[in-house]
Amino acid sequence: MDISRIRNDFPLLMKEPTAYLDNAATSQKPDCVIEAEKSFYVNHNANTLRGFYPLSMEATEIYENARKTVRDFIGAPSDKEIIFTRNATESINLVAYSYGLTNIGRGDEIVVSIAEHHSNMLPWQMVARVKGAGLKYLECEKDGSFTDEAIDEAITERTKLVAFTHVSNVLGLCNDIGKVIRRAHDCGAVCVIDASQSIPHMKIDVGENDADFLVFSGHKLLGPMGIGVLYGKEKLLDKMPPFLTGGEMIDSVRRDGATYAALPHKFEAGTVNAAGAAGLAQAMRYIEEVGYDCIRKRDEELTARALKGMKDIDHVNILGSPSYKDHNGIITFTVDDVHPHDVSAVLEADGVDVRAGHHCAQPLLEHLGVRSATRASIMFYNTGDEIDRFVRSLATVRERLGYR
Amino acid sequence: MEIKSRNFYNEILTEHNMHPDYKHELENADLRLEGVNPNCGDDIWLELKLDGDVIVDGAYTGDGCAISQASADIMLGLIIGKTREEALGLSDIFTRMIKGEASDEEIDSLEEASALRDIAHMPARVKCAVLGWHTLDELLGLE
Repeated sequence: MDISRIRNDFPLLMKEPTAYLDNAATSQKPDCVIEAEKSFYVNHNANTLRGFYPLSMEATEIYENARKTVRDFIGAPSDKEIIFTRNATESINLVAYSYGLTNIGRGDEIVVSIAEHHSNMLPWQMVARVKGAGLKYLECEKDGSFTDEAIDEAITERTKLVAFTHVSNVLGLCNDIGKVIRRAHDCGAVCVIDASQSIPHMKIDVGENDADFLVFSGHKLLGPMGIGVLYGKEKLLDKMPPFLTGGEMIDSVRRDGATYAALPHKFEAGTVNAAGAAGLAQAMRYIEEVGYDCIRKRDEELTARALKGMKDIDHVNILGSPSYKDHNGIITFTVDDVHPHDVSAVLEADGVDVRAGHHCAQPLLEHLGVRSATRASIMFYNTGDEIDRFVRSLATVRERLGYR
Repeated sequence: MEIKSRNFYNEILTEHNMHPDYKHELENADLRLEGVNPNCGDDIWLELKLDGDVIVDGAYTGDGCAISQASADIMLGLIIGKTREEALGLSDIFTRMIKGEASDEEIDSLEEASALRDIAHMPARVKCAVLGWHTLDELLGLE
């Protein structure tokens, strides 16, 4: 991979001197994505689906072509199974309000892994509360892994739905979703997979993993903010009631009711984010051009370099696996005696942007016995020099806080 | 473009963070209040003992960044022995110092708390620096 050529594609990286290591929060955007979004407004802007004039038909075509790109990118069998949303959070809420409130009742159980981001936890707490269902947590080991026993014990005949993350946004560990999905299916439950942190780093194939629902945000995948995806199996989506109602999701409306549009439009009420969808499709083409093999190699190189440097610094503790292969670009750590906000302030002063806090995963941190932590997250466009700068600065943190 | 490294954690701050004078529970406190910065998780409990109008003792417990903890510790060193009114006066000066609106003379009157004057240039950390002082204002009934 020619890294300087790659970095040239990202206008912000070219002008911003800081080392951006907060990629798990949002990725930077290549020129082609920014241009794709801009080009929609400059050349094709009209409301989709409803106009019969050429401009509206162009807009519709761009939007629906973006859906096909997403379909192919994740190996979905049909366009009808790709719903555009604002982000992963909205995708999960759609499933919770539509599928959850309809199919889960008193006495049923929902299983949520303790490693979930709050966005794949709070909607299920809501469904459990409203419907009087039980909410059970699937607990992980210290390194973030889930044992077969824990999976078999948590997911039972009473389970109706399992919410599970593919890659933890704190530990970076990739979970064996196939195993959890199989267990869920054996018990007659459906499985909602949060792929937000995995899809920027690895190939996702819903045909292969057999997820019932799979969600991700576009903005972590080099795409624009405000566009996300819900994949759902057609047979499930088809029976679900709409999440939001209003324009663009109906066939006909009478005084006393309405007939809803077919999939996927049934779940896309109101004017859609067509420019965002065009941007996301472009981001997927860019990722394909770089190639997941190259991305994986780069993730591992940079992670290994960071972990090696960090292991030589006293009082730095890495959360999760010690192996560079298990991080998918995410390295979360603590520094003895130093609050994560002070760690990030020192790094920031040295031109390294990281995240500090609870990472929207408070129950996981509590489970791991940590109040809060600092997270550095890597993307393929980061450089070895940036990693070195991070490690050098990290080595000075305790001293700068007065600890000898 | 080269990045200029700054170090705003001066010795006064780091000393108060590592070896606080007032970070403990206070028996028989007359006033007790929790102060929280929800977006960053800084959390302190401020406790005061009063004799009439005079703050005769004070302490805090909590968890948070070095700036929030050191600032609360420095504040207590400054206000113990002062009247309510004097303490609120210092709080007002501190808040204005953080906004970059206090005079040099006023800043001098804050003694060690003046070590936090540079926070004015760091918007992300202002809330940390004023947490103790805001909790004090609330505790003494200003807000």
